[in-house]
Amino acid sequence: MTELVTETVNQTVPSSNDPLLDIRDLEVGFQTQYGVVPAVRGVSLTLYAGQTLAIVGESGSGKTTTAQAIINLLAGTGKVTAGEILFEGRDLTRLSAKEMQGVRGSLIGYVPQDPMSNLNPVWNIGFQVEEAIKANSPLRGKEARARTIEVLQEAGLADAADRLKQYPHQFSGGMRQRVLIGIGLSARPKLLIADEPTSALDVTVQRQILDHLATLTRDYGTSVLFITHDLGLAAERAEQLVVMYKGKVVESGPSQEILANPQHPYTQRLVAAAPSLASRRIQAKKNQDAPAPEIFSAGGTDTALITRATERELAASGKDLISVEGITKMYRIRKSGLKYDELLAVNDVSFGVKKGTTTAIVGESGSGKSTVAKLILQLESTTSGRIEFEGRDVAGLKGRELLNFRRRVQPVFQDPYGSLDPQYNVGNTIAEPLLAHNVGSRKERQKRVLELLDQVSLPAATQFRYPSELSGGQRQRIAIARALALKPDVLVLDEAVSALDVLVQGQILNLLTELQTELGLTYLFITHDLAVVRLVADNVCVMQRGRIVEAASTDEVFNNPRELYTQELLAAIPGANFAFGR
Amino acid sequence: MPSSTPNNRQAHVVAALDETPVAAIDQVNETQKARSTWTDAWESMRRRPSFWISSSLILLIVLVALVPTLFTQAPPNSNCLLADSNGGAEAGHPLGFTRQGCDTYARIIFGTRASVTVGLLATFLVTLVGVVIGALAGYYGGVLDAIVSRIGDIFFAVPTVLGAIVLLSVLPERTPVTIALVMSIFAWPQIARIMRGAVLTARNSDYVTASIALGVSKFKILLRHVVPNSIAPVIVIATVSLGTFIVAEATLSFLGIGLGSDIMSWGNDIGNAQTSIRTAPQVLLYPAAALSVTVLAFLMLGDVVGDALDPKARARR
Repeated sequence: MTELVTETVNQTVPSSNDPLLDIRDLEVGFQTQYGVVPAVRGVSLTLYAGQTLAIVGESGSGKTTTAQAIINLLAGTGKVTAGEILFEGRDLTRLSAKEMQGVRGSLIGYVPQDPMSNLNPVWNIGFQVEEAIKANSPLRGKEARARTIEVLQEAGLADAADRLKQYPHQFSGGMRQRVLIGIGLSARPKLLIADEPTSALDVTVQRQILDHLATLTRDYGTSVLFITHDLGLAAERAEQLVVMYKGKVVESGPSQEILANPQHPYTQRLVAAAPSLASRRIQAKKNQDAPAPEIFSAGGTDTALITRATERELAASGKDLISVEGITKMYRIRKSGLKYDELLAVNDVSFGVKKGTTTAIVGESGSGKSTVAKLILQLESTTSGRIEFEGRDVAGLKGRELLNFRRRVQPVFQDPYGSLDPQYNVGNTIAEPLLAHNVGSRKERQKRVLELLDQVSLPAATQFRYPSELSGGQRQRIAIARALALKPDVLVLDEAVSALDVLVQGQILNLLTELQTELGLTYLFITHDLAVVRLVADNVCVMQRGRIVEAASTDEVFNNPRELYTQELLAAIPGANFAFGR
Repeated sequence: MPSSTPNNRQAHVVAALDETPVAAIDQVNETQKARSTWTDAWESMRRRPSFWISSSLILLIVLVALVPTLFTQAPPNSNCLLADSNGGAEAGHPLGFTRQGCDTYARIIFGTRASVTVGLLATFLVTLVGVVIGALAGYYGGVLDAIVSRIGDIFFAVPTVLGAIVLLSVLPERTPVTIALVMSIFAWPQIARIMRGAVLTARNSDYVTASIALGVSKFKILLRHVVPNSIAPVIVIATVSLGTFIVAEATLSFLGIGLGSDIMSWGNDIGNAQTSIRTAPQVLLYPAAALSVTVLAFLMLGDVVGDALDPKARARR
């Protein structure tokens, strides 16, 4: 393999004290019809050979733009407006397009964010990897083919030789990400830029991939530039950390040190909001004078916590508000001709939800958790089994009764960008359920809209805005306000906070807890994120391949998981056992 | 985790707080002006010169069609003297005379109404039928979709002009209205297909699922959420096809099976001028130019509207 290292790689051998990558006062702007909008404003960072550095920040903080500027992959109208990017002493911002081609791939590898869209669906996997190899090495023909298999095997696809002719859609998300990592590392680059390489994957897969990536880069001595929004992941995987906020670096240094002792207020906020296994359930204080509820730190003993605990115990003794008995959902997937494949999405699932409590359903993608939500919401019908709401079977509900059921059980969906009609302003969106159920006069509805906006802590002027003008967190609050409009008893939250940044996520979780206390709501919380479960749930059902493998109270599941699968899930949470300084 | 060598250890650096003051989490920007898709589109359109050029041209054309007497005093059909046949421009007759010795300018002005009527009416009918059928087929799916789509395919397979030739040749009377009707019969499947595709996408969106779960009735969801979110591509195609309908009318009239010879239209004039194209090309040129400018105006508008309604195209500029 060593003969692959081409001459360009050995052009300059830097001493171990020279940084591999040195970004100085980098500024990047995007040209829009309103002028140049700065995205990166004076970023400096240093990365030495063999080190791993993570850039952490919320969406829009400029972390991806910084990474893309290094290998000149800026989207559309983006341009480096000032500063320099020194890679082995060479300023990458001054290279011609041709020289840049020599750097990309062979000196600096790139692993993109989304494995689903970054492989070309019309070419087979073998072709796409070989393409990268041919671009960066003199290998051709059989040698290139052999190298392709080698690269894929190194990336963790043991049966690569048999799968070269397969297409991306025949690979799972994790396998596709392995292919992308293989492509990124195929020419043994000195630096690998990994832009959120695993955020689209399940935690257990994420762990495997990151472990593998760490082994590979350590073996080759590759430096890694990680872009992530996940503080736990950064703490676990990188030794150096750069925290970005609004296009600037607010804090940088050794990651453990920063996370244990954050100095900048923004970093402190980030660290405080990062959910981890050490967190406790968020408690809402009923006391009006008290400051806004915060996520409680580990081991916090508060009177409110005790009161809530007793309240919940009281509730626990009552009857189930929702009870699910042995529900099964079978999908028929059409194959060629008249043949069908049967897919058991939900298999004999039973659980109960008490009034005023939160039950979380946790599972990885494909576990059937969202299908359970749809079945309970009566958006799909069960194949067998019984779902009861207040002791009545909901399966046969029709007309007015179904409408009444809908009024009391409201959903909040995952994607805050998709669940609001872009053509409707906020006021009309929130008023829609009132209109659909003929509640009140125009004036009364208007009053209720303002009341709801206030409940989700949005200013009254928001009612005239359109969804495209609001952030993801704000949209999710509007979705919650809409769900609350009819004063329901139950909210079904399907991955309601998964798409949000940590800080915003924390804020929404606080809001949900407050509303639960205030309005006595019952939550069914569907999520893939165990760390979030710890913050909000009283009971947990862990789902795997359509079945519930473990169901118990949150404390039991977290302190004493009985099933191997649950243990694996818990262990895979990045930075799970890292002590954040709060 | 690989450990760094001590000489590479980097210091813990904290930026000064006043450099990047920490804002409240997720604050609503209350100073911004409210924007919807439509106001955004308007903002984008009004910045483009081609929007102003095309829309003022269209306004002018519509005005000509409504009140032609504002623009010419010359009678288009009477007072035609064969002595003037194919005559050049002279005082009071800026574009000269046709083969029959009528004022060319006056004929173009008076011919506008027929062309624009056919274009507007055909577009209106096609859009109406296409949107209703496409929306119902896409939204309700199943057997309705299968039947409607196949019927659409049958009409789609017949070229609009060819179908119109066949049908018009058996019709006793050919007015702008009948021509528009005949053309819409063969042209609606295009709009229906586009509408159906857009509805299929909108139907599966989260906001529709959310509305179902909120208890909104199925038909109301179609009217309130699905149609408004699917109409944009139809508007673009409709604007562009307005031009093509005017061309189609001119083609039919040129071939002699469009508007009756007693109705003034650009197509008829082009057809009549064809015989003297070598000796007096200007007689053919003027109505053809009027046709081109009109079609160009609508195509230009369609282009601008298309860009304005597509946020991605907007960002590219």
